[in-house]
Amino acid sequence: MSGASLRMEAAAGLRAHGIGAAMARYDVVRGGADGLHAFLSIERAVDRVADAEGSLAGVPFAVKDNIATHVLPTTCASRLLEGYVSPYEATVVQRLRSHGAVVFGKTNMDEFGMGSSTEHSAFGPTYHPLDPTRVPGGSSGGSAAAVASGIVRVALGSETGGSVRQPAAFCGVVGIKPTYGRVSRYGLVAYASSLDQVGVFGTTVAEAALMLELIAGHDPRDATSLAVEVPSMVPATRTDTRPLQGIVVGRPREYFPETLDSRVQATCDRAFDILRELGAEVRDVSLPSTSLAVPAYYIIAPAEASSNLARFDGVRFGRRAAADSIQGVYEHSRSAGFGREVQRRILLGTYVLIAGYYDAYYRRAQEVRAAITREMLACFAEGVDVLFTPTTPTPAFRIGEVTDPYTMYLADVFTVTANLAGIPAMSLPIGRAEGLPVGGQFMAARCEEPRMLQVAAALEQALGAEAHR
Amino acid sequence: EAQLPAMAEELTGILRHMDVLRNAPREAGAVNSVSITPSVWRSDTIEPSDHAIAMERVAPMMREGFFLVPRLATHEGPDGAPEPSVPS
Amino acid sequence: MSTASIAWEMVIGLEVHCQLRTATKIFCSCATSFGEAPNQHVCPVCLGLPGALPVLNAEAVTLAVRASLALGCTVHETSIFARKNYFYPDLPKGYQISQFDQPLATDGDVVIGRHPDGSPHRIRVHRVHVEEDAGKLVHDRFPDHSAIDLNRAGTPLVEIVSEPDLRSAAEAARYARRLKQILEYADVSDANMEEGSLRVDVNLSIRPVGSTELGTRTEIKNLNSFTAIERAAELEFVRQVALRERGDVVEQQTLLYDERRQRVRPARSKEGSHDYRYFPDPDLPPLRVDAAFLEAQRTMLCELPEARRARLAEQYELPEADIEALLASRELADWFDALAKASGDGRRSAHWLLGSVLASLNTSGQAINAYPVSVSQLAALMHLEASGAISNTAARQLLLVMEREPSQDPHGLAEREGLLQVRDDTALAQWIDDVLREHPAEAARFLAGERKLQGVLIGLVMKKSGGSADPKRVSQLLGARVA
Ligand SMILES: [Mg+2]
Ligand SMILES: [Zn+2]
Repeated sequence: MSGASLRMEAAAGLRAHGIGAAMARYDVVRGGADGLHAFLSIERAVDRVADAEGSLAGVPFAVKDNIATHVLPTTCASRLLEGYVSPYEATVVQRLRSHGAVVFGKTNMDEFGMGSSTEHSAFGPTYHPLDPTRVPGGSSGGSAAAVASGIVRVALGSETGGSVRQPAAFCGVVGIKPTYGRVSRYGLVAYASSLDQVGVFGTTVAEAALMLELIAGHDPRDATSLAVEVPSMVPATRTDTRPLQGIVVGRPREYFPETLDSRVQATCDRAFDILRELGAEVRDVSLPSTSLAVPAYYIIAPAEASSNLARFDGVRFGRRAAADSIQGVYEHSRSAGFGREVQRRILLGTYVLIAGYYDAYYRRAQEVRAAITREMLACFAEGVDVLFTPTTPTPAFRIGEVTDPYTMYLADVFTVTANLAGIPAMSLPIGRAEGLPVGGQFMAARCEEPRMLQVAAALEQALGAEAHR
Repeated sequence: EAQLPAMAEELTGILRHMDVLRNAPREAGAVNSVSITPSVWRSDTIEPSDHAIAMERVAPMMREGFFLVPRLATHEGPDGAPEPSVPS
Repeated sequence: MSTASIAWEMVIGLEVHCQLRTATKIFCSCATSFGEAPNQHVCPVCLGLPGALPVLNAEAVTLAVRASLALGCTVHETSIFARKNYFYPDLPKGYQISQFDQPLATDGDVVIGRHPDGSPHRIRVHRVHVEEDAGKLVHDRFPDHSAIDLNRAGTPLVEIVSEPDLRSAAEAARYARRLKQILEYADVSDANMEEGSLRVDVNLSIRPVGSTELGTRTEIKNLNSFTAIERAAELEFVRQVALRERGDVVEQQTLLYDERRQRVRPARSKEGSHDYRYFPDPDLPPLRVDAAFLEAQRTMLCELPEARRARLAEQYELPEADIEALLASRELADWFDALAKASGDGRRSAHWLLGSVLASLNTSGQAINAYPVSVSQLAALMHLEASGAISNTAARQLLLVMEREPSQDPHGLAEREGLLQVRDDTALAQWIDDVLREHPAEAARFLAGERKLQGVLIGLVMKKSGGSADPKRVSQLLGARVA
């Protein structure tokens, strides 16, 4: 099948679930026992869909609420931005709309992307679509839940340390984090600029890949966006029995610790078996700096965040707390506007950048980041095409189950490395553990999304319904 | 502010986990991933901007085109006006 | 112990912020502007709206590099944009994009004059870095409120930091003047202190003469004239000396110069005590300039003031005061060079330019580039004068006519105005005869050999001719009568 016809097929699949179907499904889901609370706002002006043109004409997509749209508020799930409608639109939204797709609604998230459960939304948590006592993951939990519950087939999310892949794994959908710079960040409210990247959720690899292809490409408004040609992303459906012949799948031992949830371990083992059956060579590899990734990440990300979030000062936009001095405006607007986790990370980030601690924390973290990147690149340079690991150490946990901040941070242990190294990564549903989805993670070298998606699609196809059983 | 002592304690706890970095291998030429992108410059061409109007909708306090904040408490200047800040 | 007998010297370094002359801001496509309605030139980027990102203006790089080269700096192939974090309402993002530990350029100098032995007096430039300007605050427009205008936010700046090489208030002002001159010649900035496109901070400490240690310094911010620089430095010197002689210590702080009250006073802002938590800006790749780019910028630079000083002294043997006057602006200096070339006489060119032309410009308030008489016309006038076709007096009269009728040919105008000198011997002899007849006593004494009367008689002939007689020829003809 040619690239063009693959894209047409994926687009046709998306168009089959139009805005009417999405709205109907939304009302059903919302009318359930407690509602998912996947969305913070919904665009009900359906009439403008009629004249939409393009390959995605009339296709509804959900947008994480930290991506600027000018039809609906962009709140980042923060009190401080309650009701804030962006005067401009993010490049990614503009691109999808230029293909005829329609913003269906803005999805719930951990405030400013800071969290792994969507519990840290100022407007209340999103619930897991399969079990309302559990979290959908985060921070893009609303987008993951919106796709998993069938309201929309595709959604935009954002990643800083796994915020697309982890909720995709928890909810049993496909989630892709592209190479750093592959997709424009213009209009994505920054959490940690050197790690942030817009990602996509889809019901299938092909549909998610199509979305990625449409939003990818250089943007003159983002100095960190890559000025490289966008390859065809949508993978072919394979008819031969050994489609992965010649492909080397790395199995990094640090991602399979003794302590790994046995159900997750078993599901991954099964996936490796299938990958072998499909012709791939599974090779044991080692990435020794992996254990340092979470500490490094939780220095770099808060440090950048402490600076990125300084603009939320109640002066030019957003909610201003009553005060009779400028210091009062800053302090009260920010303490009333930011939730506890955001304040915690700003404080942490402020601390590690103080001149006297900079070398001990921020500089060291950057050195560790360089080491992690070097290890990753070396691994791919030695012939490994993709790495395969669990996306998360456990399936979705219960709401309120994780209370210690650092334990919550450890939930990102398998995902933060890709953000630190700037490489593409994705999560694919590979099975269930006691009814809860388990995600398998693929990682590839920079700009090697097509190969990563090709392997993932082959596994997706071979697993078939098994992935959701 | 009542939360501050509790948060300080949490931070100490979090930072203790970060101490593993102290013994991590040193890497020369540490970079962040921004460093891999070559510099792309913008041409010096004006694009019309009409955001002043749009800002009226989102600003907490705007009058006659200015954003307003409580009067800055500074020493009285020669004209009774406080001094401006200057980036140094 | 009394320290009153100690002689103190001041140690001064200057930080100069200079707006680069670009069409748009440094990180967005908004127009740079001055004196327009508030918040007209703003966009998501310079408003610091959520999700907006900076993209570097190529022209800002070009001008910053050119400024650095003009100051004799080493421009680094890689420099890094860093965030300087602090809260202030004129700073939209809560941080200023600047450069910190890897600036664009380092190690230049500015020559501010000559040492007694004739060697150049160099003030070292420590570094040049690129950054964005903040917005403007207006405090007196609304009751109880300060108003923010972000038109200026994001205007490209270079910050030029000198070493503490200056030893007097006068030197500080002279350094600032020379720096402004270099920036103008390099064509990177309007460098207009009144409009704030050139702003100066003075760092000052004192020490006993002979000591090599640096004392605690204070910083006087935001000085906007050369006089202010000089006065503020003098006042602060006196203040610090008084403190030390009382046995007090100088406190490191930021000060403001109060021109009306002629004093310096502390600024209440916490500037200086801040930890700015600098770190590399993750939104901007490192700024890289390669050797070819640097070379291209170097060739774009015109001859800089210091080189011109040397050349004008060497080529035309002009006095120092004339050279400084000619170098006052690049336009004037260029005009001079063109005139000297066209007329072939540098000294007379300087004479004309600094005399009649500047006088005319002072009266009209015009800049040299708006002067109605062109270089070639003025050169033509100088030729008329040099050839004796018109007298110096007539030439100056002719220039006034030319200023009114700049499109006319100077020779034609001189003719029309009757300014051409009469050199026809018959006509001249007639005037001489008339004068000798009308002044018989003087004529007799002159013809009897009293040569000193010749000057008087020439004057009388000139008067009789209405100024049109060629005095040289008159002198010759008179001389011939007594030979
Ligand atoms: Mg500065
Ligand atoms: Zn702008």
